[in-house]
Amino acid sequence: MNLNATIIGQLIAFAVFVMFCMKYVWPPITAILEERQKKIAEGLEAAERAQRDLNLAQNKAADELRAAKQQGAELIEQANKRANQIIDEAKDKARVEGQRLIAAAQAEIEMETQRAREALRAQVAAIAVAGAEKILGHAIDQAANEELMNKLAAEL
Amino acid sequence: MANSHEVVETAQTASEYVQHHLGFLTYGKHADGTWGFAHSTEEAAEMGFWAINVDSMMISVLLGVLFLGLFRFCISKATSGTPGGLQNFLEIIVEMVQTNVKNTFFGKNDLIGPLALTIFCWIFLMNTMDLIPVDVIPMFAQWVAGDPHLYFKAVPTTDLNITAGFAIGVFILIIFYSIKVKGLGGFLGEFAFHPFGKWAIPLNLLLELPGFFAKFVSLALRLYGNFFAGEVIFLVIGLVGYWQLPMHFGWSVFHILVVTLQAYLFMMLTIVYMNQAHQTTH
Repeated sequence: MNLNATIIGQLIAFAVFVMFCMKYVWPPITAILEERQKKIAEGLEAAERAQRDLNLAQNKAADELRAAKQQGAELIEQANKRANQIIDEAKDKARVEGQRLIAAAQAEIEMETQRAREALRAQVAAIAVAGAEKILGHAIDQAANEELMNKLAAEL
Repeated sequence: MANSHEVVETAQTASEYVQHHLGFLTYGKHADGTWGFAHSTEEAAEMGFWAINVDSMMISVLLGVLFLGLFRFCISKATSGTPGGLQNFLEIIVEMVQTNVKNTFFGKNDLIGPLALTIFCWIFLMNTMDLIPVDVIPMFAQWVAGDPHLYFKAVPTTDLNITAGFAIGVFILIIFYSIKVKGLGGFLGEFAFHPFGKWAIPLNLLLELPGFFAKFVSLALRLYGNFFAGEVIFLVIGLVGYWQLPMHFGWSVFHILVVTLQAYLFMMLTIVYMNQAHQTTH
């Protein structure tokens, strides 16, 4: 093993390569690495921001959904109330109408009865006279019994 | 492989085989004054300091270019959006280096990141050459050169010159930044007036200077020692015939760990030492 000028050659080569590395290799590579780190940091930050926005939006959506549900429930309740009201009104009207109809029918019945009674009263006198005629065998003097007949008829 | 192995066995003894693989392709001035490649380790040693190990140097530079080229290629179509496979892989390495620098280095210096990245990737690639079967690259080099006795060492980190080159580079930076941050007086004062105050300067120097130079040793010799030893074991395994295959596999699997760990250690030690150089309070 002998030392010789190779040592100087290697020293020169070392110096040249280190300088080349320092000028043309190290700066661009570290610049790229730094740039990528910055990009990644930005990306992570953006992702975080997006996550925050998403959470906000989700909360808002949930709030709105809840409000809409509440509103819907209110509307249904109102509608039910209105429907009951309409049914009640209809029932009342029907009852009133029914009573009116009943009253009218009763009045008519009353009138009919009256009329029938009048007619019957008019005819009873004649029937009674005819019966008496048949029983007695001859005609009763109508004029003589007029008073009697009317009395009879009035009693019916 | 087996065929060539038998040739090797008959042509040279086991120790010759190992020694041949530990030799370098050295280019320098021969004893007779002509320039050329050394044909033996003795000849290489005779060339003295002003010779160069062409094999280590070539593979070292090739791997350095591969490392920087790969990164540049990736940067040319890099995106800060979703990265592709290669970009992802390189970014993992850069982020690992960046994290370690951030956790260990508390000064402010734009050099440390690229320095650590270069050291880690380059040494990692050099160490990885270890996992290529020991004969493949030398045989390829011998085929290219047309010389069956060519020395060629494929793993640059088994060459002390390469690891020392790294360590000296880091050492120069340590001294430069120590002086820059603390001033020359502050830098020298750390050796002279620490830990026992100004009345025990010799003792302080005795304690602090070895610690300072141990940094160099821990960088250069640890990496070299690990890979030199690993290489020798690969070579010995290469001598056992067909049974080398499972053994080679086992040792390689273990070396995957060593390759990464040693590159990582070199990087971490560099960052730690640079941090110490930037620290004003001891």
